[in-house]
Amino acid sequence: MAEAVKQPLPVLVIGGSMVFLSYLITGIGLGSVYAIIALGYSMVYGIAKMLNFAHGDVIMIGAYVAFFALSRYNLPAVAAVLLAIAVCTTLGVLIERLAYKPLRQATSLSVLITAIGVSYFLQNMAQLLWSSSPKIFSSIVGNRSLTLFDGKMSIAYINILTIITCIVIMIVLTLFINNTKIGRAMRACSEDKDAAKLMGINVNKTISITFAIGSGLAAIASVLLCSTYPSVYPTLGSMPGIKAFTAAVFGGIGSIPGAFVGGLLLGIIENLSKAYISTQLSDAIVFAVLIIVLLIKPTGILGKKVNEKV
Amino acid sequence: MKKSNLLNKLFDKQHKKQTVSYLIVIFAYVILEALLKTGNISSLFKNLLVPCTCYIVAALALNLCVGLSGELSLGHAGFMSIGAFTAVCLSGLLAGTLTNAVLRLVIVIIIGAAVSAFFGFLIGIPVLKLQGDYLAIVTLAFCQIIVSLINNVYFGFDEKGLQFSFIENKLNLSSSGKILIGGPIGASGTQRISTFTVGIVLIIISLIVIYNLMDSRNGRAIMAARDNRIAALSVGIDVTRTKMLAFVISAALAGAAGALYGLNFSTLTPAKFGFNQSILLLVYVVLGGLGNITGTIISASVLYVLPELLRSFESYRMIIYSLVLIGIMLISNNKFFKEKLAELKTRRFNRTHSKEAE
Repeated sequence: MAEAVKQPLPVLVIGGSMVFLSYLITGIGLGSVYAIIALGYSMVYGIAKMLNFAHGDVIMIGAYVAFFALSRYNLPAVAAVLLAIAVCTTLGVLIERLAYKPLRQATSLSVLITAIGVSYFLQNMAQLLWSSSPKIFSSIVGNRSLTLFDGKMSIAYINILTIITCIVIMIVLTLFINNTKIGRAMRACSEDKDAAKLMGINVNKTISITFAIGSGLAAIASVLLCSTYPSVYPTLGSMPGIKAFTAAVFGGIGSIPGAFVGGLLLGIIENLSKAYISTQLSDAIVFAVLIIVLLIKPTGILGKKVNEKV
Repeated sequence: MKKSNLLNKLFDKQHKKQTVSYLIVIFAYVILEALLKTGNISSLFKNLLVPCTCYIVAALALNLCVGLSGELSLGHAGFMSIGAFTAVCLSGLLAGTLTNAVLRLVIVIIIGAAVSAFFGFLIGIPVLKLQGDYLAIVTLAFCQIIVSLINNVYFGFDEKGLQFSFIENKLNLSSSGKILIGGPIGASGTQRISTFTVGIVLIIISLIVIYNLMDSRNGRAIMAARDNRIAALSVGIDVTRTKMLAFVISAALAGAAGALYGLNFSTLTPAKFGFNQSILLLVYVVLGGLGNITGTIISASVLYVLPELLRSFESYRMIIYSLVLIGIMLISNNKFFKEKLAELKTRRFNRTHSKEAE
């Protein structure tokens, strides 16, 4: 590193590294969105031991709510975000109560199929209500960007906002999980539901709260996602949802820092492969990474190994 | 005497279900073929016959994986696409040399199934080490990878030989050449050689394969590993191997279904085999009953044909599908319903046993 600073680098390389840096920052922005979504997946998986397939579609609903609030009713950005959070939280709790709660004792296959059913229902409902043609989302911070190094590099404001939001959420959530009563209850439930019940924890309520938090995060992610990629359509959530699950697995499912690390890495990998390998193949590369990670370390980068009980 | 022995064997407790499935398929074939010959069938319905057989075979394949082996796969559409595009390419290449359409169809289906089985094996190596939700998501990932790879393949031939390019269309074919796969456009100008009879034969073959597997030592091992993995391991069953067997056979059948499907349409895009297709197959299997072969055949044929006849309700159909999927899961896991069902079963059991005692 020190040597590189001493020698005058050729202009081309500086230009190249600037381009690389801006791809990297866009990747971190995208990764932050994945991280926020992955948190929802990871927390729900950690506590309810189920893969909430409908999580991606909660994002989609959040995006539609924010879109209508911003474009049709001209609400300020903050109000739109709050409205989206309120709707998604309610929706998340409602889904949990109606579809997942009766299946607490069922096999994971039944729960997964139910979750797929819920996901399908939300998508098709959205298609019926709002048609499948994409709607243009106006970014909450506009399309401006920050220019650095005499215009050699520009970073979109939305990227900066996304990264900051993600970091704030991570810190708040970590503090919440570690230091509050509800947070401790959540950790206890994810360790052992029966023992938690014996300790006087209301397991059903804790699971509901987890779904509420996850869905609220999904709403925030939806606004950030649609400010970066400004189109809203019924299947909007499924790809980011699957990728965020990939991120959660990548980082170690059930772990908050894991979701953060996994999300960021995935965003960076996706954006760099879009930039340097092929746009069309970037999804294939992301999924190939998932498979390789699962092969080498099935518990993810920061995951704990759980011994099988007989 | 001998005849009644055979009849007894066909309708005894063990084989009754199997015989019923075969009879349903043969009966349906005879009736439909009679209607076709006498021209009493609308052209809309006629066009649905071959795809319907494809979906039945694919649903049977998925039931082998989900119902019998207990591994949720969300990527069977990927296997179908492998079979379909292999078949379309081979059929295009062989069209000049092998003019007998049925023979070509059979060969191409076999090769399509083999290629799909090979991919099933490759995918199975990492996938079957995982369990439950992970397996589902990885099969889904594989399906996405396969579709996005085929989306970027350009493949064609002319008198000079085969040409292949990836990501960008660099094919430089002479005027007599033919593009077999054109990236996102997929296959076009395919000679439609699939027939209803071959479809029915394929269903029968799938039934024979699945039923024989279920009756065999391997099949019992597969079901034991599904019901209790640890118990199966402790009695010396190689769980990964048995699961692999089911997965590869399932992939091969799905590939064969895809091959038949691909050769039934003159154009075929890779996007046809996305996530939705996998879900559709899963709906057929779940509604027919996990592990229930006859149920799968009936649900796949009814659920494929019915919505096609009710095209105007397209958007509602998917909503109804999803609600039925959730509803079935909720009802089948409902405590009250389960108790009632168990009660019913013991009553039937008691009745048959009291009869035997008499």
